Amino acid sequence: MDRFSWSNGLLEINETLVIQQRGVRLYDGDEKSKLDVGVALLSTHRLIWRDIKNHECCMSMPLSQIIFFEEQAAGIGKSAKIVIHLHPSPANKEPGPLQNSKYSYIKLSFKEHGQIEFYRRLTEEMTQRRWENTPVSQPISSGTGSQSGRTRAVGIVGIERKIEEKRKETDKNISEAFEDLSKLMVKAKEMVELSRSIATKIKDKQGDITEDETIRFKSYLLSMGIANPVTRETHGSGTHYHMQLAKQLGDMLQAPLEERGGMMALTEVYCLVNRARGMELLSPEDLLNACKMFESLKLPLRLRVFDSGVMVVQLQSHSEEEMIASALDSVSEKGSLTAEELAKLLGLSVLLSKERLLLAEKMGHLCRDDSVEGLRFYINVF
Amino acid sequence: AMNFEWPWQYNFPPFFTLQPNVDTRQKQLAAWCSLVLSYCRHHKLYTLDVMEAQESPVFNNKKIERILISNKHVCYVCLCLLTAGNLEWLDKNKSRCLVMWRRPEEWGKLIYQWVSKNGMVNSVFTLYELSNGDDTESEEFHGLEEWMLLRSLQALQSDGKAEVFTMDDGKGVKFF
Repeated sequence: MDRFSWSNGLLEINETLVIQQRGVRLYDGDEKSKLDVGVALLSTHRLIWRDIKNHECCMSMPLSQIIFFEEQAAGIGKSAKIVIHLHPSPANKEPGPLQNSKYSYIKLSFKEHGQIEFYRRLTEEMTQRRWENTPVSQPISSGTGSQSGRTRAVGIVGIERKIEEKRKETDKNISEAFEDLSKLMVKAKEMVELSRSIATKIKDKQGDITEDETIRFKSYLLSMGIANPVTRETHGSGTHYHMQLAKQLGDMLQAPLEERGGMMALTEVYCLVNRARGMELLSPEDLLNACKMFESLKLPLRLRVFDSGVMVVQLQSHSEEEMIASALDSVSEKGSLTAEELAKLLGLSVLLSKERLLLAEKMGHLCRDDSVEGLRFYINVF
Repeated sequence: AMNFEWPWQYNFPPFFTLQPNVDTRQKQLAAWCSLVLSYCRHHKLYTLDVMEAQESPVFNNKKIERILISNKHVCYVCLCLLTAGNLEWLDKNKSRCLVMWRRPEEWGKLIYQWVSKNGMVNSVFTLYELSNGDDTESEEFHGLEEWMLLRSLQALQSDGKAEVFTMDDGKGVKFF
């Protein structure tokens, strides 16, 4: 038992975890120790034991310390055990839970079973002796600090390894980022950074890729992040901030609005803007306030509130007459339409198609049939 | 009797939904008023029970499965008729009403026309004679309910064209 040293429980670089088993009690020789319920971990280099309740209480010994080991079958009221016979501890051994012991063996008592597998893996490790091929810093001999023992890569191999590590890290970031939305939130800033660095790389290599590819790639990046989001910190609060924000919105919403027929629901705008901003998320209130400034700033966008309370951002050039006319055409062609049907016909959101119908109704071009089958609109022939 | 000819609106589903657009609603209600009046005239109906209105085919088109849904809705139609002078409430709760597809003045005018055409100005009639007599059989006011007849004659009276008086076994009228 005195062969154990205190450990931080972390694996070294070249060390691999082989198996772990819960519910293992340690015996100092034949005597039960105070180390009652814990996890026994077997790595390629060490035997580790960690207290289940107090994770700070963790100890390890190198596998090279082991002479041989044997199984002890379970009996009535007795758990199966593995008895491990040990070499005497080296002189420079780091401190552990016990300084001196009269026993030269310890026992692992498996209260929650798993001893067969543990025994098998221990046998494997003891025959393979992997600790000899890939040495790690030995806490027993290192004395101070464990980082000094890390393999140091030098020269081209080192650089390559570093690049490889970085690539793996990036790879991991990307896959983690898409794992779920909450993680995306956390990773958003990194993603924006990443896209920015890719953008600069593209700039540097302009000759190597075609113009077309560059543009396409840039558009992907744009949909991921704006280069320099206006935040409250940079522009203070209140009107000035909202003015700057309105200008930025004016720039970034132009294209998506044209794509969508000149009108977007404010909620849709909110999602689009915040997706583009990454970390510097906008509050709904700020977005609304910024949108209210479109008109005074003479931007080509307008915030519009429908009678129903639905708010949309639309291009100033967006013609209402045209919009109503297209709705009327569809209705007269089909005889009657619900908002859902019109949405499908024109490729709009249901919310917006309903607003169109209501607007046409308000102008007296349509009338409604509100029945159990839903709300349908007809050409107003009254 | 001839079958009642429904107006085109009757088979137009939006007819049965109260239109939110004010202009549209005005036209819609006008169409409703004209439907109710012509239906009542065709079937010689004089009263309308708001509570039972949904039972009537006027308000319930089984073919296109549309009903003028709420009483409020029916009341709108009534209100519209009321303003036009074609309706009078029979109770304070406004659950029953008289539907006057001709207003009393109009009936009065028709009766007076018939009287003068037949040179019977200055003659005396019983109310029964006017509404159920053989002479009036071909006239539109033949079979008019007594309360309505009385109202019509009273309208004439206020114009100074008739005088209603009580006789032994009912009411009589003299035209001037």
